[in-house]
Amino acid sequence: MRRHTMWVAMVLVFVGATTGLFAAGQQEGMEEASGPVELELWTFQEIHIAFYERMAELWNEQHPDRQVVINGTAYPYGDMHNNLLVALQSGTGAPDIVDIEISRFPNYLRGNVQLRSMNDYVDPVRDDFVEARFDIYTKDGNVYGLPFHVGLTVMYYNTEIMDAAGVDIDSIDTWDDYIAAGHQVVDNTDAWMTTVEATEQWSFWPLVTERKSNFFGSDGSVQLDNQTNIEVLEMLNDMVRTEGIARTAPGGFHHAEEYYGFMADGGAASIWMPLWYMGRFTDYMSDLSGKIAIRPLPRFTPDGFRSAGMGGTGTAVPTQGDHVELAAEFLAFAKLSEEGNILLWEELGFDPPRKSVWTSDALAQENKYTDFFTNGTEIFRQMLPLTEEIHPVNMTTQIPDAITLIQTEVMPSVLSEGSATPAEALRRAADQLRQ
Amino acid sequence: MPALSRPFKNQRYVPYVFVLPFVLSAGLFFVYPVIQTIIMSFQEIAPGLREFVGLDNYRRLANPRFYTALRNSFVYTFLTIAVLIPVPMVLAVLLNSARSGAGRSAFTVLRGMLFLPALMSVVVVGTVFRLMFASSESAIANTVAQLLGFPPTEWLLAGPTTAMVLLVLVATWRWTGINIIYFLAGLQQIPNELYESAELDGANAFQKFRRITVPLLRPVTVFVLTISVFGGFAMFEESFVLWGPTSPGNVGLTMVKYIYQQGFQSAQMGLGSAVGITLLAIVFLVSLALLKLTGFFRQGDE
Repeated sequence: MRRHTMWVAMVLVFVGATTGLFAAGQQEGMEEASGPVELELWTFQEIHIAFYERMAELWNEQHPDRQVVINGTAYPYGDMHNNLLVALQSGTGAPDIVDIEISRFPNYLRGNVQLRSMNDYVDPVRDDFVEARFDIYTKDGNVYGLPFHVGLTVMYYNTEIMDAAGVDIDSIDTWDDYIAAGHQVVDNTDAWMTTVEATEQWSFWPLVTERKSNFFGSDGSVQLDNQTNIEVLEMLNDMVRTEGIARTAPGGFHHAEEYYGFMADGGAASIWMPLWYMGRFTDYMSDLSGKIAIRPLPRFTPDGFRSAGMGGTGTAVPTQGDHVELAAEFLAFAKLSEEGNILLWEELGFDPPRKSVWTSDALAQENKYTDFFTNGTEIFRQMLPLTEEIHPVNMTTQIPDAITLIQTEVMPSVLSEGSATPAEALRRAADQLRQ
Repeated sequence: MPALSRPFKNQRYVPYVFVLPFVLSAGLFFVYPVIQTIIMSFQEIAPGLREFVGLDNYRRLANPRFYTALRNSFVYTFLTIAVLIPVPMVLAVLLNSARSGAGRSAFTVLRGMLFLPALMSVVVVGTVFRLMFASSESAIANTVAQLLGFPPTEWLLAGPTTAMVLLVLVATWRWTGINIIYFLAGLQQIPNELYESAELDGANAFQKFRRITVPLLRPVTVFVLTISVFGGFAMFEESFVLWGPTSPGNVGLTMVKYIYQQGFQSAQMGLGSAVGITLLAIVFLVSLALLKLTGFFRQGDE
């Protein structure tokens, strides 16, 4: 018998080492009945955690018997989304609440969705929100993610350059006006009229949406190469090549270090990006303080839209958590309540998706954004009409791949290499998606 | 005798006990994942869903992005081998000649310095290279270019050729030192008498290198070649830190990056697994062919 001791001992060591880990993991799930409940939160933006913590303070004031503590962790963008994917596929390890970036969100809507439907909280207040911002996180009528912002896309004008060129920015109504103004800028100043992203989608996508087009139909069919989208890309291409009023963004995209330096130096007279881009101006291009005016996008047709809702992060509650109902109620409080929407602006500088707060005094208070932009405290009152001019974006499970194709093939081949016409590049990408 | 030694009286068990840790860890960290990956490559995988789809994932590999990844990986592997075997070999021979006599302290310092890049995190290296080759006019590469009378360039966006040169440059900077160490170890095995008798026969330095050093370094060369093939096809981080997960025109798209793109960014883990299995097969075949070509399997021909 004793000669087996060695064997048994070794097997025990290995079994013990591995199961010990699992046992420790399981015990974490057991909560004390009393005391505040700890909600684990994952995000990829450090600053989001501060928002949730402030909302937890408000929640705890209103719910003395159901205290919560936010245990927030900010992971790098890729890591967080990959870990969440693995957690939802394996059925273990997901947090109670998680921020999911829009271009990755469709990945989590594949298969049997492992997120809690938020309809019971969304339905009572749905009319007060920009509906298109729920649609992007919806599958089969269930809203799975709550938005941070409208992502209202606007034109940022450098008034110093526009004045030097003799252009009245309020006279720009259509894209034709914009291109004509662009020639005035290029002829009379050293600056370009604008920059176009050659390695990302933020120049292209908003204009597609503004023209009420989409990359995919609502049935999921590939529309990337439809006539409207080709025309939009042709317009961008013409601005760069034939009109000569735009250049590709230094560094390739509007979040590149090179771009910030170029723009802060007065390199271009305007740029179209969503309202959440305000923070990039205040943080990375502070030299431009007092010079930037925010206006609606030019229109394509006299009765066309003047904006688009772009980007976004949907916050979701995975169903495998230990506190699904509490997490959902807290999340709804944070993202759907008026207090929460006001804090989205105050804490994060986002244009809140709840329309009723846009006219509130809270959004007309002075802060670093109202100091920076020439619109002052009027930003929201001026932009409010645009919330009615947002065409919904059809999100399908192929959106992540479509964006990858736009970033790596469509934009570079048309704008930087010139190796394909807009129609060719879009068709090639669409064919890959149809495969 | 104490009790512990008793099991060892039965010699039958001893070998099994000693290989057990390896078998267990190989099973847990190698065999199990490989088998799982093979299974997954025949499945469609989504949150809360796993179903077999036959050869669908492999069929979907017939697309331009996969071919680009395949081509980039082959070109990168070929170029790194073309640079990282001859250059370190020659440098090792030069360095070795300083090993004795007046150059000894220089030898020690140089050897240490050459080894340093291999110890650095690829993220740090990639970031430094990214900054050196940034688009701004004040970046180091552009400063040098301007001094030489060339216009500043957007290096990272300048197309596939520049991109490949940058990737090989990073690899060269990182691995030259470590390959020199391998060759130095090989040089020590060569008996000095061979060189002495060659000198007596009137051989010059090049002839000694060509006729003695290169043939006798063959085992080391084969080893470096093999790990370079693995390293070349497994390349991911260098491209990731230079461009991020996507690169304009797919200039930095390698096989492993394609796995990352499909498996994680687009949540197509089945397709990602199919790419992984294909990569495994390619690396296996390429290494086998190279080992056969270099005569590794021939017995007793040293």
